[in-house]
Amino acid sequence: MAETEAARGLPATIDETSVLLADHGYVSDRALATVLFLALRMGRPLFLEGEAGVGKTEIAKVLSQALGRRLIRLQCYEGLDVSTAVYEWNYAAQMIEIRMAEAEGIADRQRLAEDVFAEKFLVRRPLLEALEPHEGGAPVLLIDELDRTDEAFEAFLLEVLSDFQVTIPELGTVRSETPPIVVITSNRTREIHDALKRRCLYHWVDYPDAKRELRIVRSRVPGASEALTREVVAYVQALRREDLFKSPGVAETLDWATALTELDAMSLDPATVEDTLGVLLKYQEDVARMQEGRAKQLLDEVRADLKAARG
Amino acid sequence: MSGQGGPGVASGRLAENVVHFGRALRAAGMRVGPGAIADALQALATTGVGGRGDVYWTLHACLVKRHEDHEVFDQTFRLFFRRRGLQERMMSELLPPTPNADRSNEVRSRVADALHGKREAELPREQKPKVELDARLTMSQTELLQTKDFEAMSAAEIAVARQLVRRLVMPDDKVRTRRLVPSGRGGRIDMRRSLRASLRTGGHGVTLERRAPAERHPPVVALCDISGSMAQYSRMVLHFLHALTEARGRVHSFVFGTRLTNVTRQLAARDPEVALERTACAVSDWSGGTRITTCIRRFNHDWSRRVLGQGAVVLLVTDGLERDPDADLAREVERLKRSCRRLVWLNPLLRFDRFEPRAGGIRAILPHVDEFRPVHNLAAMRELVAALDGSAVSAPRSPRDWLKEYAA
Repeated sequence: MAETEAARGLPATIDETSVLLADHGYVSDRALATVLFLALRMGRPLFLEGEAGVGKTEIAKVLSQALGRRLIRLQCYEGLDVSTAVYEWNYAAQMIEIRMAEAEGIADRQRLAEDVFAEKFLVRRPLLEALEPHEGGAPVLLIDELDRTDEAFEAFLLEVLSDFQVTIPELGTVRSETPPIVVITSNRTREIHDALKRRCLYHWVDYPDAKRELRIVRSRVPGASEALTREVVAYVQALRREDLFKSPGVAETLDWATALTELDAMSLDPATVEDTLGVLLKYQEDVARMQEGRAKQLLDEVRADLKAARG
Repeated sequence: MSGQGGPGVASGRLAENVVHFGRALRAAGMRVGPGAIADALQALATTGVGGRGDVYWTLHACLVKRHEDHEVFDQTFRLFFRRRGLQERMMSELLPPTPNADRSNEVRSRVADALHGKREAELPREQKPKVELDARLTMSQTELLQTKDFEAMSAAEIAVARQLVRRLVMPDDKVRTRRLVPSGRGGRIDMRRSLRASLRTGGHGVTLERRAPAERHPPVVALCDISGSMAQYSRMVLHFLHALTEARGRVHSFVFGTRLTNVTRQLAARDPEVALERTACAVSDWSGGTRITTCIRRFNHDWSRRVLGQGAVVLLVTDGLERDPDADLAREVERLKRSCRRLVWLNPLLRFDRFEPRAGGIRAILPHVDEFRPVHNLAAMRELVAALDGSAVSAPRSPRDWLKEYAA
């Protein structure tokens, strides 16, 4: 009974899930569609880990669009605490309330406390917002880059995610009737504790293979010519096999394809590749490594492969 | 589980199989709790037993919680559901199939052991140290692939060192974080507590409560050379790291000879004997040659982004005697330097009064380290602790001075 309510508008099969994502411009593979489908069906948080720029955050955004749910985003950073993640009191307004009470001569502490800690003085932050009822179904709660916070916040999150409730000492407990769809992302700059992962469905978002990346570029950069798209994808795929400090992600591929389209390139040539390497590679030593003639060499290899595949 | 039987949860043979499969994964070294198995059953019922791929990814979603476990899962799944089509297997009664002797890689043999129930293979036995030559990895110097028994090392030395290392007061090096905690003399006003305090007096006057940044130990990452030339010292350093791991969290330990091994989990065992024994088991290149450049590059590539966040201090323990130092070594050390807060080089060769940075490897590393210290005896180790603490009695010579003096 509760399930029908919560499952309203959710995909019914894995295939439907991947079609839903595809309709909103996210090209997923079977593994991702499966884990996403399960997360939606089982009402479990989805934990996405992977290198920067492989489209983790994008999944949550597309999900909220596709399901027509509101997206609530909590960007994590070092020192994130309850007052910025859950709720805060509007102190200025409270001070005025106290002054007014004084002016009126109210000295009853109990009553004063009730007046001051009323809901109208409560400032809602993302986590609390996500637990409150929403029109059109529970929102998508994106907890982005969890690895940037410290263990203390992680432990707090564990509590929220297991019961979907938070306690505000002055007001009482806020419990969510329909839990939000939770997506947690991590760039793995540190290990997230097992206890938190255990509550989630885990998925490692990898770099896409050539076929999928081709579909991604076609759907995201429709302005690029077919020949250019093929070359760009083949080149980036080859680049990922090089021994680089940071391999380019999908975001970089898209940026590059867009940049080349802006430059009116119809196909890749060595000079343009060298000039625009900065879009793909974000570390100086990687750029230097490729500029020592390797960029051109790689381009020749990619060209030969593409030719062989066509012929 | 009892309340959820019926159509909602996979049951019968399928359930039995999944439980078996979970057990196999656990034996192969993955952490699979009963909760995860229950999830997997619920998930299978949700997706419906469809194609093999769907079952694979459904189980994957519920049972794999770390990227590293993917390989183990993959192999186990292949072995477990191999012989016939999956569906028949799930329908018919089943015991795990017997894997044949195809053990081309480490994971597969681990999985096979797990399925066979050969647990004792993993336990350390008193073996004669075996010397195996691996032709693939032969460099100019032979790599000695051996698992060295700690008993074979000088027992007297180990006992003394361990006791004294334990007695060291571990460094109390706190760094400020951006988290704020209540404090008597903090720089920021804690509105929440101030307001609550003022209510206690019925709103008459407000005493300001304050907050200040919390302080905590920064992570320590140790890269310890265990090649032949370092054998005497790496043991002591590992004891030191074990004590440090125990005293505070967030210590990541790596050892390297010809390859890099993360031994953090092994060193986390309470008992130092057990911890070092496990470390010895995990490492295959004990007392062989060194490939500093390759190992630091592997660290930079695979680990630096994962463990060097939040202002880590890196302890690089090596004698710097690289066979063929080239520009790459300097480049990798520089990369390492730029990824961490402080890079401390611990070099036992520094024990000689007339140490000169003559070897190419040493000269490549020196310009990029923040601090250059000996680790040959307990006095040196105590000084290291003081240095980490920020309360060093005598500042060591700057790494650059060594080079300048040598050049002069």
